[in-house]
Amino acid sequence: MNERQEKVKSTKKPKVTERRRFLSIMAQSIGLSALGGIVWTGYVEEAKSAPLTLRPPGALAEDDFLRTCIKCGQCAEACPYDTLIMAKPGDRKPMGTPYFIPRDIPCYMCTDIPCVPVCPTGALDEDSVSSVVDGKKVLDINKSKMGLALVDHESCIAYWGIQCDACYRACPILGEAITIEFIRNERTGKHAKLVPIVHADHCTGCGLCEHACVTEKPAIFVLPREVAMGKPGDYYVKGWSEKDQERIKQRNLQELKTKTERSEKKPQDYLNMDEELFNE
Amino acid sequence: MNKLFKMRYLILRRITQIGLLFLYFAGNAYGWNVLKGTLSASLLFDKIPLADPFAVLQMLSAGAMMGINVFIGAAIITLFYGIIGGRAFCSWVCPVNMVTDLANWMRRVLLLDKTERKVWVSRNARYWVLGLSLIISALTGLAAFELVSPITIFNRGIIFGMGMGGGVLLAIFLFDLFGVKNGWCGHICPLGGFYSLIGRFSLIRVRHNQPNCTLCMKCKDVCPETEVLFMIGKESTTVNMGECVNCARCIEVCDDDALGFSIRDFTTRKAKGEKQ
Repeated sequence: MNERQEKVKSTKKPKVTERRRFLSIMAQSIGLSALGGIVWTGYVEEAKSAPLTLRPPGALAEDDFLRTCIKCGQCAEACPYDTLIMAKPGDRKPMGTPYFIPRDIPCYMCTDIPCVPVCPTGALDEDSVSSVVDGKKVLDINKSKMGLALVDHESCIAYWGIQCDACYRACPILGEAITIEFIRNERTGKHAKLVPIVHADHCTGCGLCEHACVTEKPAIFVLPREVAMGKPGDYYVKGWSEKDQERIKQRNLQELKTKTERSEKKPQDYLNMDEELFNE
Repeated sequence: MNKLFKMRYLILRRITQIGLLFLYFAGNAYGWNVLKGTLSASLLFDKIPLADPFAVLQMLSAGAMMGINVFIGAAIITLFYGIIGGRAFCSWVCPVNMVTDLANWMRRVLLLDKTERKVWVSRNARYWVLGLSLIISALTGLAAFELVSPITIFNRGIIFGMGMGGGVLLAIFLFDLFGVKNGWCGHICPLGGFYSLIGRFSLIRVRHNQPNCTLCMKCKDVCPETEVLFMIGKESTTVNMGECVNCARCIEVCDDDALGFSIRDFTTRKAKGEKQ
């Protein structure tokens, strides 16, 4: 009886030693942390992807901006027009980061750019909005690249043939960032359309055009540059442009890939291969 | 009058908490130059930079290259709490403390403490959350706790408008009221954990004078970090654990003059908790 009891005791009730206790508590904590961490990481990654957010002048590239911004709001406080908003819960923007909505309040392009020098972390980079004049660094708001204005030709009433140059007049760098082009009005056959054209190398993305646009929902609007702009790749060179043709000489031709799987076959072969077509 | 005297530190704490919030608010709304920015980073008197060292740590872990000002600011704050205040940030500055204190007070009024539910979170969970926030910052390239921190949501909410931030605060209130006693500040908040680490060796401490103690345990009833008061009625020493928030509630409620502020007792070599 006694022996049996002892046996039961030794087999059915394993002794929880201090070491076992420590290890299992550690394992439990790591497990719980992993669970919480995955949910938390998911939220952070999700919050990061707000690609239509317009940042203050001088902001670093979005990824660098997000990791460098300490969310102190000193830029928003420095802005005399209350342009900058600090993202609140529910704004669907990375929480606490500054952004602006041009249709509500655009950036008025102060020449002293009060929002940039106050940034304590350098998330708003002073050098990117400065130019050198007579060996001295001076702030130059025209160098800022907050976004790029795009025109929706379908809803812009100037493209309809109605005379409107609200965006052109509102642009602080008018004549450079927005120009007015004359195009023939095919619909009436005898009038010209005076249409706004945005030029990416001068547009700062301040949004004054979007703010001024007379249509119900703006036909000209600012998007972050990486969203608004395409990229032709290195292969294409502007004909008759000496500056662009210069690029051919600088390009590393070894890295240029012109061979594809298909180009290795003879044309007769790949043109007569109809199996590929049905494989889709 | 006696009742007011019994709440002297509580009143002072509310004045500093609300006063700081107001100064931040005025910095934005009226352009006062006393405190500009938020609790994450601010400028004192238009000269002295201040910054949240935990936020800076997360940003470093996220791989940010930052300007010098924010490091000076973080160093000032770290030295202040590391040498003087201990975890005083939590009870004297942090605005969420007002929410959790309200929940705590209601727990006592509604006698919820007497009918404790079996929801248990370790006091050490905050150190795990602290480590986790640094790991997630490194993984995602974004200061992880700063993105969800109710402290800065509250702080920015007062300065720039609350948005849906009220929901976050309500959640913390309900969690502390019906979930875990001192659940947010005492168990989960990684910033609290961070300050209890850097405030481990700070100088200003609550001192217990054992001969005066009548073991009424009022101090243990109000203390948000009860484990730091392990010496009550046992020995005369200072509260040396980093977890003490220096809120001084224990000093106020003590009717026997057994507790008071003092300088850290260096003769007690280490903090002795129940678990050690």
